Amino acid sequence: MATVPDVNSVKAPPVLSNDEILRYSRHLIMPEVGMEGQQKLKAAKVLCIGAGGLGSPLALYLTAAGVGTLGIVDFDVVDYTNLQRQIIHTTADVGRKKLDSASDKLKAINPFLNLRTFDTKLTSANALELFREFDIVADGTDNFPTRYLVNDACVLTGKPNVYGSIFRFEGQASVFATKDGPCYRCLYPEPPPPGLVPSCAEGGVLGILPGLVGVIQATETIKLILGQGDSLAGRLLLVDALGMKFRELKLRKNPDCPVCGTHRTITKLIDYEEFCGVRGQEAPVYGGDLPLISVEELKKKLDAKADIFVLDVREPHEYQICNLGGYLIPLGDLPKRISELDSSRQIVAHCKMGGRSAKAVAFLKQAGFAKVSNLTGGITAWAERIDTKMPKY
Amino acid sequence: MFIPFHTCIFHQYHSIFICMTQIQIPSPLRQYSGKQAAVDVPGKTVGEALAGLVSLHPELKRHLYTDDGKLRAFVNVYVNDEDMRYLQKEATALKDGDTISIVPSIAGGCGVMICRL
Ligand SMILES: [Zn+2]
Repeated sequence: MATVPDVNSVKAPPVLSNDEILRYSRHLIMPEVGMEGQQKLKAAKVLCIGAGGLGSPLALYLTAAGVGTLGIVDFDVVDYTNLQRQIIHTTADVGRKKLDSASDKLKAINPFLNLRTFDTKLTSANALELFREFDIVADGTDNFPTRYLVNDACVLTGKPNVYGSIFRFEGQASVFATKDGPCYRCLYPEPPPPGLVPSCAEGGVLGILPGLVGVIQATETIKLILGQGDSLAGRLLLVDALGMKFRELKLRKNPDCPVCGTHRTITKLIDYEEFCGVRGQEAPVYGGDLPLISVEELKKKLDAKADIFVLDVREPHEYQICNLGGYLIPLGDLPKRISELDSSRQIVAHCKMGGRSAKAVAFLKQAGFAKVSNLTGGITAWAERIDTKMPKY
Repeated sequence: MFIPFHTCIFHQYHSIFICMTQIQIPSPLRQYSGKQAAVDVPGKTVGEALAGLVSLHPELKRHLYTDDGKLRAFVNVYVNDEDMRYLQKEATALKDGDTISIVPSIAGGCGVMICRL
């Protein structure tokens, strides 16, 4: 199996202090780790992309286990909706930089940690330079452009990519870009194209799931460092938390892979947002300008009893949290339920933030609806500026 | 009647054996499969089984196939634990007990989840 390149064998292993020996005693007394393994952990440099759902358990466990150098890349700020799953952050951290919040916890857990924080978005301009300073990259990102960026940068720098991904109550984990193993592009050569296909953004995730998958990533990272066990390289682990089923699929290195195959067409980092077709991510497929309406304008019109049909394109469980009394047709059902709408009426479509309803408006425009507009900022803007008693989610 | 995995049953009316295969539907696609996590379909090959799936659930079609009827590049189909790209693709023959899985790419990790299958 692939192990961390060179670092351990070339340099003299770091010496553990008596405090460290006591701290890691439960590792030191097991043959799979021992003094040699603990020294490998101390010498190891792991870069964690994101300090969110997956990044939380990853960073916490790697720190506790004695990984010597941990890098974290994140530029986000803690908000209330993070706390349901991003366990490295607490209520008191809301509004703080995730890096600052994470630093406090990690240093409190293990003062021997050499923590390196990178307050930046990972980009094609900085990824290679950053990755070269580490042995292993653990990918805890949440979007396709960064997934492909992390993968390609790992292949190009020869660093293993410990991969984890979650959606609602399902997760995937693997180890990509080891010396002879497949990479993420061998599995998914290209991302799904954006379009009218309903996006599951705001689709939610069970709070424990990033814990489950992030701990799997931490386990794989530690196994790579120790050179122990069977890594997930060449296997895709599927986790179904609802059925509590773990399945695995075989992954193969694709000889036609554009980044790690025999005839490589990608030899440097590219523009990943363009590659994933998400430049202006929520920009819908409809070519024309989308008519917009602000929450203030809508409020004025509704108060004046104007004939306005409010169309709510969220999911029924979101409608239960809060609503504007609108007519509910989830975005995914819109094509088959379009006959329920009257194209002669003034329609205002809304969702939570305005992304899904933009797609709905684009779709209705294409279907010949003339008088549709999109509520800017969605019901969230309504809750912030019109009805402050309304719950936000 | 619940038919586990790939099973051949004797169809009384047509007096023939019909082979059924179970297709595992990932959660992002379940909104198009009547919320079902697994669908039993007839078919002797992967291609036939997938065709059976989209005829049962037509809404799945545009998510799995391009307009000219080709399986989309980002849709990964496995027969048991093997990627069908490394078997005979859609011509892969199905045996008793085989399970087909559709494995979507999901990108979620820290903030909101994004999946565009
Ligand atoms: Zn590859």
